[in-house]
Amino acid sequence: MRYGAKTAVDDLSLTVPRGSITAVLGPNGAGKTTTLETCEGYRRPQAGTVRVLGLDPVRERRELLPRIGVMLQSGGAWSGVRADEMLRHIAALHADPVPVELLVDRLGLDECGRTPYRRLSGGQQQRLALAMAVVGRPELLFVDEPTAGMDPGARRTTWELLNELRDDGATIVLTTHYMDEAERLADLVHVIDRGRLIASGSPFELTRSKGVSTIRLVVTEPFPPTAPESLRAALGGDTEVTPINPQSLLITGPADATTLAKVSAWCEEHGVLPETLSLGQRTLEDVFLQLTGRGLEEEQ
Amino acid sequence: MTTKTFAPAPGAAPFGRMVRAQARMETRLLLRNGEQLLLAVVIPVLALVGGVVAARQLDLEFDHRAVDVLTPGVLALAVMSTAFTSLAIATGFERRYGLLKRLGASPLPRSGLLAGKIGALLVVEVLQAVVIAAVGFGLGWRPDGGVAGIALAVVGALLGTAAFASLGLALAGVLRAEATLAAANLVYLLLMMGGAVLLPRSSYGGAGAALQVLPSAALGDSLRAALIDGQLALVPLLVLGAWAVAGSVLAARFFRWE
Repeated sequence: MRYGAKTAVDDLSLTVPRGSITAVLGPNGAGKTTTLETCEGYRRPQAGTVRVLGLDPVRERRELLPRIGVMLQSGGAWSGVRADEMLRHIAALHADPVPVELLVDRLGLDECGRTPYRRLSGGQQQRLALAMAVVGRPELLFVDEPTAGMDPGARRTTWELLNELRDDGATIVLTTHYMDEAERLADLVHVIDRGRLIASGSPFELTRSKGVSTIRLVVTEPFPPTAPESLRAALGGDTEVTPINPQSLLITGPADATTLAKVSAWCEEHGVLPETLSLGQRTLEDVFLQLTGRGLEEEQ
Repeated sequence: MTTKTFAPAPGAAPFGRMVRAQARMETRLLLRNGEQLLLAVVIPVLALVGGVVAARQLDLEFDHRAVDVLTPGVLALAVMSTAFTSLAIATGFERRYGLLKRLGASPLPRSGLLAGKIGALLVVEVLQAVVIAAVGFGLGWRPDGGVAGIALAVVGALLGTAAFASLGLALAGVLRAEATLAAANLVYLLLMMGGAVLLPRSSYGGAGAALQVLPSAALGDSLRAALIDGQLALVPLLVLGAWAVAGSVLAARFFRWE
């Protein structure tokens, strides 16, 4: 998928199992929305094949659309419409919609009252967009950054709703750049970066690696620039040291007493005071960082 | 046994139901908008009352009674305001707010969206016609064309709606929402003043003959011919048909949904 000379999505192969929640995880600009909009039939791929529920999303769009639910990243309503009115309208376009009152209640849309769409908060607009995607009882749901701009309460409500949809038999594809969202929700995670798939698996598979754990070292003063190199030399073996920010490092390797002792010794030798020294599983953020050398929240 | 609240049961509503829902929603939003109401009802009614009073005070000369000449012109103005200005502005903001994109992913096909929009236009136009005709009768309007005249007026209004709506959609499909708002209002104002819609072309002196190619003059001429003496005004109807074809080609070619 290209826009002018820039290739947004290239050589991306991914499949989504039915009845699961699949997360497409990647930083802003990775090609998540482009991928989703290609599946929704908004964009025609320049090369390659897309099949959604066995249908070509461009040529067989009319057949596909009634079966899918779409949550756009922003907008999608009349500027002067009220939230419940808009939801009722989308419901009227479907054969057997979910009762509107139920969704209004579940997603707290009654608080929108008579306020026109253009004056709703970002979080309210997001919740309405989600309700509009769900109301037609789709068998396949595409949600683009569902919780961006939501407060923590609304995020939890959204996660609960998506989990319930999956449990009731719907298939869900969501994009996100929040690793906690992918970890909490997804059965399968596709990590993409610069339009390419760089890793796939369940959150467990992605964060586990045989005999390898992580040690996170956070210090009170910024590290000298040579710190990762010198720490790696001090630890030796298969250990990897990845800088996360000026005051923290991620050490990947055997998380045993020997490694810990070496890290402490290195700290003493270089006169740095550890603020946090923690052992643990890798997070998806760590996986992404190690695969790309960049954080998820960083722009491309 | 627990029922599954969100068990998938996808499917489109029947086409007719979708179109009715779309038309109802668009009508409701048009009528809710204060500026649109000003354009749809207040300005035409003011033009009618003001025109009739001014004609009396200033002793303006028409071929017929002033109210009989002005009422068809105001009806034409009302069609123009709804089919062109209101439609263009509303559609421009529908595109801006991603509504068109979102409906593009709903079961409603584009033909259904268009049918819904046309339905909403016609409902609003009927409401306008009722109000304007009532004010006209209050001022002593006596349409002389009989049933044939009314039928011809309906044909003219439908062709005028097609011409102005296609031009309005073409405008909204090309320009940004704010530019559409400005352009649609400006064109409306210019045509109201100089487009021979309210007043017959004979009031424009030497320019009158040239004005007959404008859709505004053609719509005004066809309604005046129909409602003043029940005549079929063939040339204006052909002009409106030509504009409808040109506008549809432009809209189909240049309309962008996002």
